[in-house]
Amino acid sequence: MADVTLTVDGKKVTAPAGTLLIEACKTVGIEVPSFCYYPNLSLQGACRMCLVKIEKMPKLQTACTTVISEGMIVTSDSEEIKQARKSMLEMLLGNHPLDCPVCDAGGECELQDMTFSYGAAESKFMEAKNHKDEQQWSPVVFFDRPRCILCYRCVRVCGEGMDVWALGVQNRGVSSIIAPNKEDHLECEECGMCIDICPVGALTSGAYRYKTRPWEMKHVGTICTHCGDGCKTTLGVRRADTGMEIVRGDNRDKSGTNGDFLCIKGRYAFDFANHEERLTQPLIRKEGKLTPATWEEAFQLIGKKFAEVRDRDGGSAIGVIGSTRTTNEESYLLSKFARMVLKTNNVDHHRTADFPAFAAALRGKADATASMADVFTAPAILLIGNDPTEQHPLLAWQIRNNVRLHRSRLYVINSQAIKLRRQATNFMQIPAGAEGKVAAFLAGDDAAADAIINSSSTKDQWNSLRDTLRGEQNLVIAFGSEILGSDLSSLVTFGSAIAGAKFVCLADYANSRGAADMGLYPDLLPGYHPISGSSEFHTEWGEIPQAAGLDLSGMVEAASTNKLKALYVVGSNPIGRLKIDSFAFSNSFVVVQDMFLTETAVVADVALPAANAYEKSGTFTNTCGDLQLVKKAGEVTGTKADFEMIVRIADAMGFDVRKLVPIGGGTHADMGQSRGAQSGEADRHAVWLEAHGLEPKLSPFDPMAILDEIQRLVPGYDVSRMNLLAGNSQHTSLAKAGPGVAHRPESISPANDTLFSSGTLGHYSRALKSVMESHEVKPAEVAAD
Amino acid sequence: MASLVSHPDEVKVVTRRFGLGATNIDRYLELDGYKAVQKALGMDADAIINEVKNSGLRGRGGAGFSTGMKWSFVPKQSAKPKYVLCNGDESEPGTCKDRLIFEHDPHAVIEGVMIGGLAVGARSGYIYIRGEYRYLSIIMQKAIRDAYAKGFLGKNIFGSGRDFDIYWHGGAGAYEVGEESALMESLEGKRGIPRIRPPFPAVVGLWGGPTVINNAETLASVPHIMLGGAEWYAKIGPPKNGGTRLFCLSGNVAKPGVYELPMGYSLKKMIYEVGGGIPNGRSLKAVVPGGSSTPCLTADEIDINMDFDSVAKAGSMLGSGGVVVLDDQQCIVKFALRTMKFYQHESCGWCIPCREGTDWLKKTLIRFHSGGGVKKDIDNMQYLSENMLGRTFCPLGDAAAMPTIAFVKKFRKEFEDHLDGRPCPYEKAGVAEEMEALSH
Ligand SMILES: Cc1cc2nc3c(=O)[nH]c(=O)nc-3n(C[C@H](O)[C@H](O)[C@H](O)COP(=O)(O)O)c2cc1C
Ligand code: SF4
Ligand code: SF4
Ligand code: SF4
Ligand code: SF4
Ligand code: FES
Repeated sequence: MADVTLTVDGKKVTAPAGTLLIEACKTVGIEVPSFCYYPNLSLQGACRMCLVKIEKMPKLQTACTTVISEGMIVTSDSEEIKQARKSMLEMLLGNHPLDCPVCDAGGECELQDMTFSYGAAESKFMEAKNHKDEQQWSPVVFFDRPRCILCYRCVRVCGEGMDVWALGVQNRGVSSIIAPNKEDHLECEECGMCIDICPVGALTSGAYRYKTRPWEMKHVGTICTHCGDGCKTTLGVRRADTGMEIVRGDNRDKSGTNGDFLCIKGRYAFDFANHEERLTQPLIRKEGKLTPATWEEAFQLIGKKFAEVRDRDGGSAIGVIGSTRTTNEESYLLSKFARMVLKTNNVDHHRTADFPAFAAALRGKADATASMADVFTAPAILLIGNDPTEQHPLLAWQIRNNVRLHRSRLYVINSQAIKLRRQATNFMQIPAGAEGKVAAFLAGDDAAADAIINSSSTKDQWNSLRDTLRGEQNLVIAFGSEILGSDLSSLVTFGSAIAGAKFVCLADYANSRGAADMGLYPDLLPGYHPISGSSEFHTEWGEIPQAAGLDLSGMVEAASTNKLKALYVVGSNPIGRLKIDSFAFSNSFVVVQDMFLTETAVVADVALPAANAYEKSGTFTNTCGDLQLVKKAGEVTGTKADFEMIVRIADAMGFDVRKLVPIGGGTHADMGQSRGAQSGEADRHAVWLEAHGLEPKLSPFDPMAILDEIQRLVPGYDVSRMNLLAGNSQHTSLAKAGPGVAHRPESISPANDTLFSSGTLGHYSRALKSVMESHEVKPAEVAAD
Repeated sequence: MASLVSHPDEVKVVTRRFGLGATNIDRYLELDGYKAVQKALGMDADAIINEVKNSGLRGRGGAGFSTGMKWSFVPKQSAKPKYVLCNGDESEPGTCKDRLIFEHDPHAVIEGVMIGGLAVGARSGYIYIRGEYRYLSIIMQKAIRDAYAKGFLGKNIFGSGRDFDIYWHGGAGAYEVGEESALMESLEGKRGIPRIRPPFPAVVGLWGGPTVINNAETLASVPHIMLGGAEWYAKIGPPKNGGTRLFCLSGNVAKPGVYELPMGYSLKKMIYEVGGGIPNGRSLKAVVPGGSSTPCLTADEIDINMDFDSVAKAGSMLGSGGVVVLDDQQCIVKFALRTMKFYQHESCGWCIPCREGTDWLKKTLIRFHSGGGVKKDIDNMQYLSENMLGRTFCPLGDAAAMPTIAFVKKFRKEFEDHLDGRPCPYEKAGVAEEMEALSH
């Protein structure tokens, strides 16, 4: 759009036509105060805080609703304007409880800040304040009407942003009140967006209220450990007798791709970290019982056993199961440890998408994957399978808001009437399981049409949809785990004919993509290089077994015939999650690293208490392939990061850990684990050291040393280290990945998590449990027959 | 139903058919009914607009904007349907004229809406009737039905090949939906809160289509202009203030009622001749000239003509035509309190200054009137009102602030007389109660 030039407080301001005055002012550093204005939400003009003087207009005008025009002359600061703002605050405060000393928002309250700036300190009123009791609307949402300033942000973010529309306004005048959708309670997605956006302490969270004050916490910007979308979340951390306690998750630091967004999991489901069942001591099975032991004892035992099996039965008698929630550095290290130290290719993880097929299909295609940010800007999106509202809440947010704010065209093909159909230009319902046929049809196989037509669609509609899609440009194609193998390559064939098309392959856990990229496969090395071929890994890692190993079900089978003598499980719960018999590994020596005595950990011979992703440093790759920094919020006494445990086991096996973790250079030890920037800001220390080639990696426990190797060797990971350290997400590419290997479709099993569940981790979150209970539909009374 | 009053100075235009049984469509036809719209059907749109412009007709809803001008703002071409709305939400205390029109001459409103539709190119209109006027909506519904039955509404009206539909809609008891954009929200089934402007209704109105909204009296005047001609109508009043006005004379006058007087009629004559003066040998204290939202005039400020421009010059507004007369026994503080109770109750609550300001003013006035006032209250009330004025989201906030400022400024002494725990010097019941009755 053409530019418009205006004058604000004597400064010339140029901005695109259509810009709101309040935004134009920001570009020259003039802040116009506001309560009800919120970028990307509909305009209200309700709080009257943003009144400014516009020449030729008799009255003061609201900067939040005024569109700039050529030659406009604006005064944003004068006695009249100051007085207007002051009196608005006086009127608000007249009815405000002023319980700042106990209010959760105290210290982070826009009303406090505004009062500080515009000085409405003296009260002119003598009348009694209107009162209403506080209400609890859900396990996570509390509402205190007297503190509410009626800015309607909560109503809009819930409706416009979340498409939930659970909040509204009731009554009128001074009796106006924000109300939940079910009379006295909420039935909603419990995202807490309304709480986060509330400028005051009117909406507070069940997880955080009255726990602490904002200035008593350390704020650490890291990545959510739940689904595969990679939201940045700021953890509020306090010291506690367990070492540390996370008391809050929010996104006051809006620097992530997720901007304002967090779902219930990123916002409240950090509480597993302080669950009372958390393991804080190594356990060794003695006389059939798991018994507390020292770390030394545990590592010695494991080292001895693993070495014994390897030397006696060969590495192929050892199985390794990695995690979808450990860092890239840990997954890479585990993969390397398995091949180099244990001499086994029996490596696997809980697969929820066919990334090897994805990588193979995209090989040689530059810019063919979409970042999470692209999903918000793409002019058109095709979504096949999956239910992002439940399984990929951030992706769903990006899609919804792209449609709402940029009028992106959304095409949804699904066997269910998923919620995102409400944003869709075109929604096609298909028979369950026909997603693969859709891919085939789109790629030109007209015979596949019969399998995808149901009572609500016709062949003509499908033909015209295909034509429409072919006519799109820069289309983002996102698909769920329903599409894999050759169907996936058909879909890529179809999409590759569309100019600028990019793909997103949806996997379920926080670092599912990382686990795949880092080669937690029996037949693939990092970067999808087949084990049987040749690659830099073969040269760098030296002698590694050449034959493909066993996948998870192969390991189970080997165990049943006594061929699997040892099993090393790092941050995974195959028995609990993958329907594996709990006696399957009875005859193997089982080592489990976990936070809890999961279904898998209880059968272990040695269980090691692990730190979770909020307690370590490293990187995660989200399902789109965006690489982001994970920052350590603190340490829980008695636990260790998986990284350290792997290195210690290698050491106990007599392996030279320098070959595992390439350390050297720099002057200080262990900076990686202990550095932690505040509130997601750039870690200036690390950025500067990196820029000067001084980043120290002297300790074998420093994940940065492995990140170096990943960036050097894993195709697509050669992104800007500076940007990464500064807290930005860096999109990786699959263009130079290895050719991959075809896998059996059964090797992939989707997590089937909902908004309120999160694999094994979810079982240990009180927040998720309480929400699930409150949402449980009471079964109807059974009628007698 | 209200009984009719009359006075020889009246010029009966809008009230011409009052009391003549014109709710009956055949009777209406005998009284020149539906001739105006047929004439309009033969004219092109610009000609209709020009006629209304030249008549000097100004909005009777309160703001007094030129009706012809308003119609001319509607774009000729529009992708979305256009609408004409009749604002019959009449809720301003002191105002009770539109109800008489609905009661006695509903077809004139229908005709006005149709002519407006022809002028701006709309094919449908809505008549929005105040919720409490249930009995009037029944009359209106019948009138609409009868007009359809005769083929005056619906497809191919009067064989012209053109279509026009009219719907009625009842309010739910909120003064605020009389504000034009809140009325549109209400018509669309939403909470009655106003919209951000621009865009103005003429461009983006009901359901997003270009929309003309006019007061019921404004629209009921239009057929007479079409038949009598712009020149005739304009000449009834002073320049730029064409025609007549229905003045709702209430309070301490001998003969209260709705009188149709030429624009520019003397306020003094209105009180002392038309209204028969102040009864019981009392004298005049103040007049509210145009509905409760207009600043009051003191007894020595009433030598003015009642047209939009003259009243504005006197520092008040002609507003909605509600003239409320207060005699020397009425307590201004109590009157201010009664007025503020109304606005506090009717504030939609959308914006801070009106929502909070009216509530504080009401609370303060209650305490103040009952003898609990302190000196700084008087300044505070003025401070608060002045800080609301011109800063609210819609004019309701101004409507609450303006009269308060005038009361405090013009009758400060009376406020001071309430200080120090003294009992109200005018304890006898008076106009405030009467207003209370009128506003329900
Ligand atoms: C708070 C408020 C209440 C109003 N109530 C009415 C009303 O009841 N009837 C009316 O005709 N206009 C009312 N108005 C004025 C309308 O907004 C609008 O200006 C009018 O209907 C236009 O018609 P006119 O040009 O024929 O006067 C009100 C305005 C405000 C701000
Ligand atoms: S928690 Fe989320 S879904 Fe629920 S009311 Fe708040 S914004 Fe809406
Ligand atoms: S609850 Fe908070 S966000 Fe919602 S209207 Fe009130 S102050 Fe605004
Ligand atoms: S959308 Fe995913 S990454 Fe984001 S907060 Fe929710 S669970 Fe975490
Ligand atoms: S001034 Fe504000 S609160 Fe009052 S009625 Fe208008 S919009 Fe509602
Ligand atoms: S920010 Fe402009 S009115 Fe609230």
